[in-house]
Amino acid sequence: APDALITEVQPYASFTGEGVDATPYGMPIHFEEHVVRRNVEWLTADPISSINFTPIHALEGTITPQGCAFERHHSGAIEMSKQEYRLMINGLVDRPLVFTFADLMRLPRESHVYFCECAANSGMEWGGAQLNGAQFTHGMIHNMEYIGVPLRVLLEEAGVQPEGKWVYVEGHDASSNGRSIPLEKAMDDCLVAFYANGEALRMEHGYPVRLVVPGWEGNMWVKWLRRIAVYHAAVESREETSKYTDLLANGVARKWTYEMDAKSVITAPSPQAPASHGAGPMVITGLAWSGRGKITRVDVSTDGGVNWVEARLAGDPLPMALTRFYVDHVWDGKPMLLQSRAVDETGYVQPTKDQLRAVRGLNSIYHNNGIQTWYVNENGEAENVEVS
Amino acid sequence: QEFGLGRAALPEEIEAWDVAVLPDGTGLPEGSGDVYDGEEAWINNCASCHGDFAEGAGAWPVIAGGDGTLTDARPVKTVGSYWPYLSTVFDYVHRSMPFGAAQILTYDETYAITAYILYSNGIVDDDFVLSRDNFTEVNMPNVDGFIVDDRVDTEFPLFVTEPCMSDCTDSVEISKRASDIAVTPPFPRLLLDGTVLEPGETLEEASMQGSATDAAPVEEAAAEPAAEEVEVASVDPALIEAGESAFRQCRSCHQVGDGARSGVGPALNGVVGSVVGQVDGFRYSPAFAEKADEGMVWTAEALDAFLENPRDYIERNRMAFRGVQDADERAALIAYLGTYPN
Repeated sequence: APDALITEVQPYASFTGEGVDATPYGMPIHFEEHVVRRNVEWLTADPISSINFTPIHALEGTITPQGCAFERHHSGAIEMSKQEYRLMINGLVDRPLVFTFADLMRLPRESHVYFCECAANSGMEWGGAQLNGAQFTHGMIHNMEYIGVPLRVLLEEAGVQPEGKWVYVEGHDASSNGRSIPLEKAMDDCLVAFYANGEALRMEHGYPVRLVVPGWEGNMWVKWLRRIAVYHAAVESREETSKYTDLLANGVARKWTYEMDAKSVITAPSPQAPASHGAGPMVITGLAWSGRGKITRVDVSTDGGVNWVEARLAGDPLPMALTRFYVDHVWDGKPMLLQSRAVDETGYVQPTKDQLRAVRGLNSIYHNNGIQTWYVNENGEAENVEVS
Repeated sequence: QEFGLGRAALPEEIEAWDVAVLPDGTGLPEGSGDVYDGEEAWINNCASCHGDFAEGAGAWPVIAGGDGTLTDARPVKTVGSYWPYLSTVFDYVHRSMPFGAAQILTYDETYAITAYILYSNGIVDDDFVLSRDNFTEVNMPNVDGFIVDDRVDTEFPLFVTEPCMSDCTDSVEISKRASDIAVTPPFPRLLLDGTVLEPGETLEEASMQGSATDAAPVEEAAAEPAAEEVEVASVDPALIEAGESAFRQCRSCHQVGDGARSGVGPALNGVVGSVVGQVDGFRYSPAFAEKADEGMVWTAEALDAFLENPRDYIERNRMAFRGVQDADERAALIAYLGTYPN
C-alpha cells in the first residue's frame, strides 16, 4: 500500500512550526531525549564525588557536545563567575603573578581538538565483562575543540627558575584535585582553556577555566584552575599517590602513568544500539584514540579476532584526538563477535584484555585499554562479552 | 615578561593559597598535635564517613588497616598499607577535608588528625606527638611500593608488533558475559529508525507497538484532572529561594525533596517540627539518640540554635559542619526545609 506519510498531507506540511525565539538556547529535539549522560550509582559513595558517562553509542563524528560530555567531580561542580576568577602562578618563578579572566583573554590563544579520557575508563572490566553498553564500558571520554592560552606563555610570563622541574596545578573547588606535571610537558602542549566547541566551558567542565593536558589522563585536566606552582619535585598529592596509581599483580604500583594508551571501541552496533534491521548492508562504526599521537589504522573483526579487515578512517586523524572509523559490512544475519583494534603512530597495537592482564594483573583499576568484544545475536541484540 | 599582563601576587595571597606540602617537608607550617587530640578531632570531623577507628563507613574510603593485602584479589589500600608519603595525608586533610566543609581545620588539628591516622594504622604509639620537626622522620610502610611508569620498557616490546589479520586463532569461545553479572543500570535501546526500546522491552514488543501507531493518540492533557486549589501557608517565596541557595552547603551530606535518601547525613523531609533522630535506617550518633529518647523536637528555634553552632548545641554529635553564622541565612534554610513535608 502507498505510504500515508507520502500520499497524505501531514500536519507539519500544512501548519506552521515554532517561531525563531521558542528556545533562545536550544536543546536537542525531544525524540533524542535518551541521548544523555548516565551514572552507575553503585560505583561511588556519593554523586558529588563521582562520575557519569558520555552516550558514545548514540553520537557520531568525533566532537562531543558539551551537554552530554562525561562529568567527573571530586567535590561537586562549583559555580564561579569570570569576574570572580583568579589564577595564581607562584613557586620557583621570578615573578609570582595573579591573572584575571580578562588578562587571559588578552594573551595569544590557540585552538586544538583533543580527547579527555578518565584513567579509570573501562576500569570496571579488569575482572571480566561487567557493564553492558559502550556508554558504561568506554564513556568516560569526550573530545572537544579547546580554545585557550598555552600554559607555556603563562609560565614564561612568570619566569621559571632553573631549579623548577615540576608544575603543580590545582582547582578552586573544595577537592582542589591537585596534580604534578613534569615541566617539559607543561612547556610543550598544555592549554589553559576557556572555550570548547565554540562556546564557554560548561560549569561541569570547569567554567570559566580548565587545564587541557593533551593525551594524558583526565584527572590532570584540572577544572576551575586556581593555582600553577613551580616546584623542584612532584607534590605527590592524594590524586597522584593513593589514586591514579596502577597496582600490579606483585603488589608494587606504577606511578606517573600519564599517557592514555591506544584504544578503540565499536560504538554501534553495541548493547544500547542493537542492529535490529536484520541481514544485509550495515555500518559498523566506532572511535579510536591514542595519547601518544595519531591513530594510523583500525582493524575490525566480526568473528572474535580470528580474521580482521582494515576499517575506513573518517577524515585525517589528529594527534591525541578521537578518530571515527567505519566498516561497510554486509551481514549474513548470523551471530557476530565484534572487535576493534587500534594502531597508533608509534606502532603500538591495542592489546587484548588477556594480554594486558598477563602484564598487569587484575588490580590496576586504571588504564584498561584492552580490546572490547560485543556479541551480536541473530536478532541484532548486542552484549558485552569476553572471548578466549 | 613579554606581555606585562597579570599583577604581582602579594605575600598574603600566596600564603592563603599555597598550602601544598611535599614529601621532603616543603610547605609544612608551624604547629603540632598528638594522638589524643587527634582522636577527638577525628570523631568530630572524620568518623561519620571513615568510621570511629578509620575503618571506613559505607562506601567511603577506609583509612586504616589492609596490611599485606596489596597482592590480594581485593586489596585494601589505606594510608598504612598503600600511601607512600605522610605529606600527602597532611596536605589532603588540611585542604580538602572534611568533605562538604573543607578548609576548616587548623594546622594543629591537622597535625593531630595526621597523628591519629598514623596511630590507627599502628605506625606510631598512643603517646606520639607530630610536629614540623619530626614530620619527615616518620617511616611510611609502603614508601618503596611504587615504580615510575615503565610501560615503554615492559609493554611496548610486547605490543609494538605487526598485527595478525587472518586465521589468528583456531577457535573462539565466549568465556564471560556481562548479563550473567547484571550490575548495569537499566537503559533504553535506540534503534536505527528512531524507535526507543524502554528497559526490558523486547524487539518483538516494539514492532507490535509500531503496527498499532495508526490508532488515534491518547489525549493525555485532557485526561489530567484539574489542579485542585491547595491552601499554601504564606511563606515569603524569596526566603525559600534564599534557603534553597543556602542549602548548597548541606547537599554533600543531606538530601531533601522527592526521592531524598539518607547519605552521610539523614534525609531531611519533614524535619521541621519532628522529633530528633527519626529517619529510618540512619545510624545516629549516641548524642542524637539520647536527644531522640528525650523527645526533643526540631522546632524552628531549636534548628536555628543548632545550625548556628552544631558542635555546641548537641555535644559530641557527628555532624562535621562549622555552622551558619548569618541569622537570615538560617531563617531561610529553615523556611526552605519547611516546604518539604514528610
